[in-house]
Amino acid sequence: MTNYRIQGATGEWEVVIGLEVHAQVTSNAKLFSGAATAFGAEPNSQVSLVDAAMPGMLPVPNRECIRQAVRTGMAIDAQINKWSRFDRKNYFYADLPQGYQISQLYHPLVGEGRLDIILDDKDPENTKTIGIERIHVEQDAGKLMHDQHPTMSYVDLNRSGVALMEIVSRPDMRSPAEAGAYLRKLRAILRYVGSCDGNMEEGSMRADVNVSVRKPGEPFGTRTETKNVNSVRFVMAVVEGEARRQVDLIEDGGKVVQETRLYDPDRNETRSMRSKEDAHDYRYFPDPDLLPLVLEDDFLADCRASLPELPDAKRHRYETALGLSAYNAGVLTAEVETARWFEALLEESAARQGKPEGEVAKQAANWLMSELFGALNRLGKSLETSPVSPAQAAELLALVGDGTISGTIAKQVFEKMLETGDGAGAIVEREGLKQTSDTGAIDAAIAKILADNADKVEQYRGGKEALFGFFVGQTMKAMAGKANPQLVNELLKKALG
Amino acid sequence: MSVDKATVAKIASLARIKVSDAELEAIAPELNQILAWVEQLGEVDVTGIEPMTAVIPNTLRLRDDVVDADPLTGGGRGDAVLANAPAAEHGFFGVPKVIE
Repeated sequence: MTNYRIQGATGEWEVVIGLEVHAQVTSNAKLFSGAATAFGAEPNSQVSLVDAAMPGMLPVPNRECIRQAVRTGMAIDAQINKWSRFDRKNYFYADLPQGYQISQLYHPLVGEGRLDIILDDKDPENTKTIGIERIHVEQDAGKLMHDQHPTMSYVDLNRSGVALMEIVSRPDMRSPAEAGAYLRKLRAILRYVGSCDGNMEEGSMRADVNVSVRKPGEPFGTRTETKNVNSVRFVMAVVEGEARRQVDLIEDGGKVVQETRLYDPDRNETRSMRSKEDAHDYRYFPDPDLLPLVLEDDFLADCRASLPELPDAKRHRYETALGLSAYNAGVLTAEVETARWFEALLEESAARQGKPEGEVAKQAANWLMSELFGALNRLGKSLETSPVSPAQAAELLALVGDGTISGTIAKQVFEKMLETGDGAGAIVEREGLKQTSDTGAIDAAIAKILADNADKVEQYRGGKEALFGFFVGQTMKAMAGKANPQLVNELLKKALG
Repeated sequence: MSVDKATVAKIASLARIKVSDAELEAIAPELNQILAWVEQLGEVDVTGIEPMTAVIPNTLRLRDDVVDADPLTGGGRGDAVLANAPAAEHGFFGVPKVIE
């Protein structure tokens, strides 16, 4: 689907990318304890004796975390393993009180799955399938702060023990754009499912980026892993920069070393984390504190039944059942908030106008994507903070739908709605914006315009038909935009003979 | 399977256990004796037998997603959590600076 190539001195190179995404599971309590997971609490206020690894504490898994990971697996069409197990990944670091992370190396909860990415929004049918190797459930570590004290680092264990899903892709991506599209799609699915809020700024989602290069058609090269990249833009920058670095290194006679690297957004470059060289020896073994996790059919059936309509299915339905263009359907389903807003608007619109949803869908889609998105952009707001609700928008669209106001006046009314927060009907009433179908008034306006522009009338009658638009514009202006446009067309045609 | 001195030194380092060179001389053969002893298990024919994952015939119990349902496994006890910290400052654990 893409043909991204790195130009080297010895010819063209291909980049191979795999992503390991850590997504924080949406739950009230932690993976193995009853402490809260809320973001931004006082340091160490959400830490249980389990999370602090006090002697004698035993982990008991949170059903909701397991359920969310299973639902996520189902949403990417993955195999769900009814039998899975937890392992200990051993390493020492100040943010890890246990001295090991409870994870799932040998028997993950979720096996092989996949998702489809779209690279060109204009051509949503052109997709590429990216394989997902597995999803396993594990504990997050605590948080370290290095800038609060001259000689000490401060440790906050609030995040310690919060449930993460590690979602491991196949090395199926071949360009920065594909890596970006994969991350965006994965994020969208997580948010539709509700298993992760996808908030990359707060660290709810972060990616380890595996990159290698090769001459097209040759076996995979040696890869490097850049840790904890926390935005789509940075992931794309890491791929681009790391591929370039590896090509230059190989062509200068060097060798890529399998290593962990760190991304520095300020310099837009990655650097080696040499201190972690030894750390890959994690000495995994099954956690003796935790029995195997066995899932019943009823549990799995409940998980499946609770899944919402997912973005691909929704996009397809918008095209086939609502008659929207592929592009519009793609934009409206890309984020769960947009789809929710649109569907609320659609339902209200259909009810107000007494028409089936399919008949008001295009009007609603066009208005949302041009008028509402335009206004929100201008105001620096999002759909969640939109000053106008779907119900208020539906009232406006209904006034256009039944001919009370024209599309042009609707733009003015919308501006007033944004300014005052008043309803569309009240604004139209107050400002006298109702569209007029008073043929007498329109005819009078037309007569005056024709008289004032006798030369243009002559030109028009002489064959310069493009002038018709001029007369329409003048008439609408004379009527302060309130004349019924269809009626203006009809009456003008008659008057101009 | 057997381990040499270098392997023992590496395991000790990964486990953050300080072992002197003299101790390594003694520990390596000791570990090898233990490994050889355990290796006797390899003589048992386990063809077709599922590996045992736990000594009790049971599966994992799960907890409900409720915050602080049991005070013993809930949060909100920063004082207890920090009580034995060598350096508790402003509600944090203070540790020697670790930075990449």
